[in-house]
Formats: sequence, structure tokens, C-alpha cells
Amino acid sequence: MRPSPLAALSFALASLVVGLGAPARAQTTPAARPAADTGKKDVSPGPGGVSVPNADPFPSTYKARTSRPTVIRNVNIFTAVGPVIRNGAILLRDGKVAAVGASVDAPSDAVVIDGSGRYVTPGLIDTHSHIGVYPAPGTAAHSDGNEATSPVTANVWAEHSVWPQDPQFPRDLMGGVTTLQVLPGSANLIGGRSVVLKVVPSTSAQGMKFPGAKYGLKMACGENPKRVYASRGPSTRMGNIAGYREAWIKAEAYRRNWDAWLVERKGPPPSRDLGLETLAEVLRGNILVHNHCYQADEMMQMIDVAHEFGYKIRSFHHAVEAYKIAGALAKEGISGSMWADWGGFKMEALDGIRANIAIVHAAGARAVVHSDDASGSQRLNQEAAKALAAGRAAGIALKEEDAITWITRNAAWTLGLDDRIGTLENGKNADVVLWSANPLSVYARPDKVWIDGAVMFDRADPAQRWRTDFELGYVPKNDGRNK
Amino acid sequence: MRTRIIQRAGAAFVAVSLIAGAARAQTIAITGGTVFPVSGPKIEHGTVLIRDGKIVDVGASVAVPPGAQVIDATGKWVTPGLINANSSLGLSEAGSPEFSGGYNDTRAKGSHGVAAAFKAWEGINPASMYIPMARQGGITSVMVNPGGGLIAGQSAMIDLAGDRVDAMLVRRGATAANLAMVASFSPGAAEAGARGELLARLRDLLLDARAYAQNRAAFERNATRVFAAPRGDLEALQSVIDTTIPLAIAVDRASDIRAVLDLRRRDKLPLKLIIVGAAEGWEVAAELAAAKVPVLVGATTNIPTSFDALGARQENAALLRAAGAAVVLIGEGDDFKVLNIRQEAGNAVAYGMSWDDALRAVTLAPAEAFGVADKVGSLRAGREANVVIWDGDPFEFATAAEQVFIRGIRQTGKTRQDELTERYKP
Repeated sequence: MRPSPLAALSFALASLVVGLGAPARAQTTPAARPAADTGKKDVSPGPGGVSVPNADPFPSTYKARTSRPTVIRNVNIFTAVGPVIRNGAILLRDGKVAAVGASVDAPSDAVVIDGSGRYVTPGLIDTHSHIGVYPAPGTAAHSDGNEATSPVTANVWAEHSVWPQDPQFPRDLMGGVTTLQVLPGSANLIGGRSVVLKVVPSTSAQGMKFPGAKYGLKMACGENPKRVYASRGPSTRMGNIAGYREAWIKAEAYRRNWDAWLVERKGPPPSRDLGLETLAEVLRGNILVHNHCYQADEMMQMIDVAHEFGYKIRSFHHAVEAYKIAGALAKEGISGSMWADWGGFKMEALDGIRANIAIVHAAGARAVVHSDDASGSQRLNQEAAKALAAGRAAGIALKEEDAITWITRNAAWTLGLDDRIGTLENGKNADVVLWSANPLSVYARPDKVWIDGAVMFDRADPAQRWRTDFELGYVPKNDGRNK
Repeated sequence: MRTRIIQRAGAAFVAVSLIAGAARAQTIAITGGTVFPVSGPKIEHGTVLIRDGKIVDVGASVAVPPGAQVIDATGKWVTPGLINANSSLGLSEAGSPEFSGGYNDTRAKGSHGVAAAFKAWEGINPASMYIPMARQGGITSVMVNPGGGLIAGQSAMIDLAGDRVDAMLVRRGATAANLAMVASFSPGAAEAGARGELLARLRDLLLDARAYAQNRAAFERNATRVFAAPRGDLEALQSVIDTTIPLAIAVDRASDIRAVLDLRRRDKLPLKLIIVGAAEGWEVAAELAAAKVPVLVGATTNIPTSFDALGARQENAALLRAAGAAVVLIGEGDDFKVLNIRQEAGNAVAYGMSWDDALRAVTLAPAEAFGVADKVGSLRAGREANVVIWDGDPFEFATAAEQVFIRGIRQTGKTRQDELTERYKP
């Protein structure tokens, strides 16, 4: 699908001409099209004219880096599916986890790493990030996370705001994060599509996109939308709920029209609407709903809205009061993407408690530690450790293994990727972190990080460290090298 | 009716005083633990002896007087209470009034970005829900800082126990309480258009404070030129230019840190300085050490969040310390997370600082930086008995502050968050 060099050249020339102020019509003339749809199947409109389920107009161009078979031996392994394996071994081959256990057979060409005293976990997964859409340094020019021009902007896609040169990406990788969900902000009731990225260097967002990952839809409850739209509405929580329902009513009509047309493909297609198309995809189950919501009462309202229109909420994000409705989350199969210790910073966060994550876990719902913060994202293991300690202090029986699932397996499920990442089991993607110590210790640092079996970060090899274009000549080269 | 309420309140106050007095009169011996006095080497199986709210003795062979309450800390870690030097505890709750409807008393209106006369600590609410939370995490004292503008105002240190602000102050008294003048090297905050203008404003302000002091009588007769700030601010700045208290200035860029140091060196302005933030501090670490200027830094700030912080790196704290600078570890200042300076200390160790230096950076170093090392920050005779007994390494997440003493009184009681947890936990 790469454009031919000639096509690229003519595009560049056209851009140049436009750039010089020539009239727009100086651009290459598009191929002739019939003036009207004849209704014949061989004269279909271009792919952009039809609202097709699971369309992929910005396909991933990610390619796994070159890897060698790798064995890590004498290492403690948090598999995220069972008890920690003490002094075990893991084999990574062809980008996948090929074997895990007390010992593994190492192929003769394998790189063998002695992990004595160290720990291995699956690559960490952050279900809530704005890295790339709110890059560092924070500038107005790169403030691309909230399309705060209308309370419903289901038509926007976060990936179109992602700046791959955000220096927060390599820092996240150095923190052991291998997969990120980048979401639009929470200014809007419906903020647009999220995108799931691999934390890898690329010149394009497409080059980071997790192949085959489902899209997410960002929705937001509470204070943020009603504050942002106070003057034009919604300005109240009841206004918020009305806003969601009106959007879903339109989306259902849209879905019905298109699904009917797509069966027969007769007559002119209904008109395409980017926003309604995204919402229709949610109703079809092809896009996962990620709902920013702090208060228990609002989460219960949102569950009823979802029931009314027949969609599923995949995860409540922030969910500082999830502990009040943990049973409902378990029953509905909704995960909680939560902070370990954020609270009190606004009215809807006032009832934040440190045992939130543990209580959700104990109720049998999927608990996830998320960040919503590029600093916290680098230390998801530390956040999990705090949540574990708070849960135990509240008298909840928890194992260290449980805390690891909050930043791996449960996060993978939240993104619909639990068949590929989040655990160290045979056949899973070889996204792996080797830690200098137990990752639940404050002193643990990632020593090496693999994505799809390829070494993407190695503390011992600073020359290979990923530095974004932005950092060149600006940011000290030796960051992260000491010790 | 009104009188009645006052009478009742008065009775309650007497009752509380009696209880507090009884507790203070007690002699407490914390024995058997590994004691980290910070002012000296650690003591295995040490004893910390407390009387009347003060530490009276610390050592391996301290005799426990008869009648003392003995607390067995065998197997525990005993440290001074931790100090968070970057808080606004008690000044805000539930978000700003505009944003979310809570209260926020950290910022004065001031005049053209200058609010030197503003004593932020006077607005502290001792009943804030965040105070017991911080205390539970082993924090026993905090700096309460104003924010905003070129000169944000004056800050004080409080011990986190008590229901009256003036009694919570580590240094008591309306003047003595003020431990720092808080400032920010930020052109926007100063209503300045450029760094050079900001520096000019800072110089003018400090020189005018001096000129005002030399011409008070003329000023009262309205016979002086116009000064760069109103009288109250000029008065407040006297303690800065006579170096009674430091100017604690938030500044990140290496060249800006140098410019601030030059205020003292090149402009011959008598100033005691504290550098806050210092994202690029490591680049000028030797100069900061040579100038004997304490530096307040985070241990997890490695993101180039602005063009002033392009050199941000996680080893900043360790590199500054290695160069000989006095390093105080701070967090992001969030009320809910005041207790997280433990985590900062742990991260500083993970990225190169010695464990002992990290403990000092959250205890004695802030006490020294703000001139209250005779009161807090170490386990030493004569200091306030702010002591924490931990069930392990205080920087580790799994560790809890089992017992927290502030001025010799064991702090117990539930936080609002504890009550919520108990209501909903399985």
C-alpha cells in the first residue's frame, strides 16, 4: 500500500505549487467519476463514500523489529496468569512467548540472559494516556487532545493528533510500558475515537498503531463537559445525559439505515457521517466504550444509558467511586481504569480512596491501574504497589500477582487485546520487561524491554536509546544512563 | 444564645487542653528499633526518649526512667517525622472555586504580580481532610506555600497536629512564623514580557525595599519617589533583604538559575536563596553547591514539560547531591499526595542517591533549608518529638507508618477516607 515514488513526487509538487499560492485547481485532477451512482455494483463509489463496518482507512504500518531467540534464565516471572515462577525461565522466539516455566530448552542460537535476582513481567499496558496528543513540551501549537468545539465530536480520531516525536513516548518505554491507549480529552460528552499504540519509534502514528486493535470511543461524565459548555449547554448533569441519549438516538437510526443498505447495496447509499459512523460501530460492538466517570451515581446512570441503546461499556476511567458500585461493575463486565491515589482535587474526586482498586478487584470486577499522566504512566508498577498496600491495609487479602494483573492482563482485556498481550503464556506477543528487582519495590527499574521479541530498551546500551527527533540537540543524551 | 455557644466552646477548649496537657506530661521511651536520627549515624536497638513533647535523649544505651511509657519498636525503623517542603496543605479543598466549587487560599491578588505581604499560612484550615491523611503517611511537618505571581507571599512550616494555626506553627509568632518568601521566575506570572524585564522588576523591588527602609519617615510624609510596591510589601521584603528568610524561587532553566544566582553575586543584592524545581539544576550543580543554595527538586520529574525544562532527567536529585548541593526532595504539591515524598525518596535512591541522603532530603535537609533544624528534622535532644515508627524501609510501598508522634503525642484517629473505606469495603 506504499504510494509509488512517482505518486509521492507528484503530490509533493502539487503541495509545492499550492504552497506558492497557486489556485487550488492547479492540483492533480482526480480520476473521472460517474456524475451519479448508476446502481450497478461494478460502479461503486470510492471507499470513502461508504460507511463500512470495521473500515480501516488509516491502516497500521507497524512492523516488528528484528529479533533473535532469547532466553531469560534464573529469573522470577510474574506471568499474570498464575503464581510467580521463582528462578524460572522464559523463551522468546519469532516475536512470541515460546515457552515459560521452571526451565526451558534454549535453541542453540538463542541470546541467553541471566536474570538472577531479577524479575520479568509482561509489557505494561496503560489504558489511559494522552501522550502524543498532549505532548511535551506543553505548547499551544501541540495542544491537540480536546476538540472542545462541540459537546459531541464522535467524528474525531485521536490518532490524527498523535505527534510521534513526543519525548514522553521513549520515557514510557523506559518505564516498561509497551502498549498505550491514547484517548481524546474529557471536555466533551463524546470526545472521539481513541487509538491503541505500541510504544515504538516511528515517523507516523500509523507506524505505532497496534495492528488489529479495536478502536475505543471516549465518553466523559460530570464536571468537565458541563464546565466547558456551561454557556451553550450542557451545563448540568441532566444536560449531559440528554446529550448522550440524543447522540445515540441518531446513531441507531444511522446504523439501521446503513446496515439495511449494506445487505442489498441497492439504490444510492445513505449519506455518510463520520460521527454517527463511529457511534454506529459502537452499537455494532466493533468499538469499545471508554467512559471517563468519577462518581458512582453517574456510572450507574451511564450503565442504564448503555442498556437503553444496547451497547456495552468496556471500562469506566478514573472511576474514583468505583468502590461504591464494585458489584455492579462485576455484574456488568465493566473494568475500572483507576488511579492508585488521586483524589480530592475537585468535587467529583472528593471521595477518592486509596483502597479503590483493591475493593473493585475483591468484588470480582476487572481492576486496572491507569495513568492519565505521562509521569504516572512511567511508573505504573509503583502505582500498582501503592494500590496493593492500600488494599492490604484495608484488610483485603491480595497477592502480589493480583497487583501485576492490574497493569497487564486486566488492561489488555480493557483494550480487547487479551488474546495477544497482557500475560506471559505460549503464543502471546513477546512484550516483556526485565526488572532490576521486584517491580512492586520502589527501587525496581526496567533493565530491558522487548516488544514482539525485539529489544526496544536496554539500560546497559545507552547508545541505542530511543531519542525522538525533538530531543536531538536539546535534551541531554545521557538521560537514564547513570547507574 | 450567642454567649452560650462561646461558653460551650470555651469549656471544650479547656477540656482539650487538659487532655493534651496530660499527654504531654508523659514520658515515652521508644525502644529496640533501628533508629535513624539523621543528624548522626543509625543506631541499632536504639532508644528515643520523649518528655513533654520534646526529644530528650537518643542512643543505644539510654536509661528508661521509671514510669515512662515504653513502646517496643524491636524490628521496626524509627525516623524523624518526614517533612514535605512543597505543600499548600490546609489552603485548598475540592478544587478551586471557579473550577469545582471548593476553596483555594493559596493565591493573593497582590499588585502587579507582587504579594509579599501575603502570609498564606494565616488562611490554613486545620480541619482540612488532607491533614490527617498526610499524617497517617508519616508526614509530621509541611511547608505551607502560596503560589502565583512574581512574589507569591510568605510561607510557614506547621506541625500536622492541633486545631489552631498559631499553635501548629513550627516557629510561633506572626513574624517568626515566616520562613520563606516564595517567588517564581516566570515572565508571565510577573506581568513581564521577557526574562530581562522580570529580572529588572526583581532588582527594582529588592532595591526599593532597601530604599524604603532607609526612608521610612520620608515615605510617611509622602516625600519619597514612587516605589515598586506598596508599603506592606516593602515591609514584608525587609526580612528578605536582611537575609532573615530565604527567597525561595521557582526556576527551571539552567541559564535562569544562573541569572538568579547572579542577583546575589553580580548585583550584590544581599539574598539568602532557595531554588525550587530546578529541572535543569544538574547542569549547574557545581555552581549551586558553591553558592550553598539549597535546591528543592522532585525525583520523578524527567519530562521536558516546557522549553525551560528540556534538561529534565530523573538523576537530577542524585547529581545535585553528588556535586555537594543541599538537596530537598519534594513532590508535585498535590494535597491528596503530600505523603508521597516517600515515593520521591525511593525513586531518588533508584536513580543514584544514597539512601541516607534521601532520608536527609525529606527530614533534616528541609529543616535546615528553612532554618528550623533546631525544631524538626532529626532525632536529637531538644527537638520536637516528631517521630515515626515504620514496619520497614519507609520508602517502600509495602511499609506503613505504624505509629506517628507529633510533639510527643501519638496521632490516631480516622481520616474521612478511612470512613469511606470502612463503609464500602467487603
